[in-house]
Amino acid sequence: MARILTYEEKDTWIHRLSGVTKLIFFLLWTLISMLSYDTRVLLSMVLGSLIIYKMSKIKWRQVGTVFMFILFFLVFNLIAIFVFSPYEGVNIYGSRTDIMHLFGGYFLTKEQLFYEFNVMIKYVTIVPAVFMFIITTNPSEFAASLNRIGVSYNVGYAVAITLRYIPDVQDDFTKIKHAQEARGIEMSGKASLFGRIKNIASIIFPLIFTSMERIDVVSNAMELRGFGKHKKRTWYAGKKLKRADYIVIGVIVVITVAALIITFHDGNRFYNPFMK
Amino acid sequence: MKTSFGVKEVVAVGIGAALFVALTQVQIPLGIPNTYLQPRAALLAFLAAVFGPIVGAAVGLIGHAVGDMFFYGSAWWSWVFPEAVFGIIVGVFAKKYAIKEGGFGKKEIIHFNVVQIIANAAAWILVAPVLDIIIYKEPVNKVFLQGVAAWLGNVVIIAILGTLLAVGYSKVGAKSSSLTKED
Repeated sequence: MARILTYEEKDTWIHRLSGVTKLIFFLLWTLISMLSYDTRVLLSMVLGSLIIYKMSKIKWRQVGTVFMFILFFLVFNLIAIFVFSPYEGVNIYGSRTDIMHLFGGYFLTKEQLFYEFNVMIKYVTIVPAVFMFIITTNPSEFAASLNRIGVSYNVGYAVAITLRYIPDVQDDFTKIKHAQEARGIEMSGKASLFGRIKNIASIIFPLIFTSMERIDVVSNAMELRGFGKHKKRTWYAGKKLKRADYIVIGVIVVITVAALIITFHDGNRFYNPFMK
Repeated sequence: MKTSFGVKEVVAVGIGAALFVALTQVQIPLGIPNTYLQPRAALLAFLAAVFGPIVGAAVGLIGHAVGDMFFYGSAWWSWVFPEAVFGIIVGVFAKKYAIKEGGFGKKEIIHFNVVQIIANAAAWILVAPVLDIIIYKEPVNKVFLQGVAAWLGNVVIIAILGTLLAVGYSKVGAKSSSLTKED
């Protein structure tokens, strides 16, 4: 159950930034990468996120396995796009430049390659930002940040509880799994499909039912301490915004506006190098 | 329809989403590449059916977004929002299933499954592919095929695991009607 990104305490200027700043940065960064299909914008974002990645001193061992997994998924997706729609790029860019004939009705075109390249960097831009966000933000501080940008503290608390209990639930899962294996339930892929569902069920049932009890216990404890009594609450882990925070927020807002203007000034989301 | 959002709901969302995230990696391969039955879908259906639409939507949103980010390093937004759509539709009828009250019988099982099939269709055949096209501009036939595959997988796993969970919990957690009248 490993291979998960986790927060690690360090002392870089990115770690010192408030969670609010990093959250705003992350949301705007994601927004641009969702909206834009402009190659120039996306490429500068890839460059920018590599710089951020370098500066936050994240180690490769922290993100390596996850990154390889993303890469695998990305390649699979790119191949799927080509198989299903080899002329998507031709439609989007409105021209067709054949490179070679592959087989049957499949021609490799420059437009398709360019389109798939754009799909690829669109996903790649967001990855270092996610790494940076998860690995440099303390989960408790994150809940405080959500509240700070105007999200109800109930929601902030729900997210905090999620982050707090993921390791616990994973622990429970492993324990139950070992217990069931000790009782002789086959967990490997040898069982039939229905058998596999049954085996998974033998873990999931106890897991979910104990979690339902845990929900009762935790909510009773919170209720006893008066959670939800007032409209506002203070946060132990919240950080005040400092000068560096305002600078970063200012910069990301400017970047967002600029990126959107560059993307949409010619009326659509695509940068078209094929149009003369 | 349950719309109150008290302490219990906050905790249910938190721990429910944590479960959802933990189950992200628990997948049952079907033998077709990249296609799995996802037990976490059954968990979401179960939680929405017990706690109602708001908890359902929030567990779907938070669970999927956090799970994607932790395990895959990015959030695939066009597949995050449908999860909430699914949670809302299943959760709207929470009162009708009467799971907590111990009344999850034959009629409720059919009701639950009809709703989950429709909710899955709305989420994965309608919302997810449309968002894929709007946000990521992916080929139309590819995203709809993916949508139908996801719909089928989820319907199957929820019909089996989701139903059993609800039946089991309805028996265990039954409070108001755990006594049966002797003839």
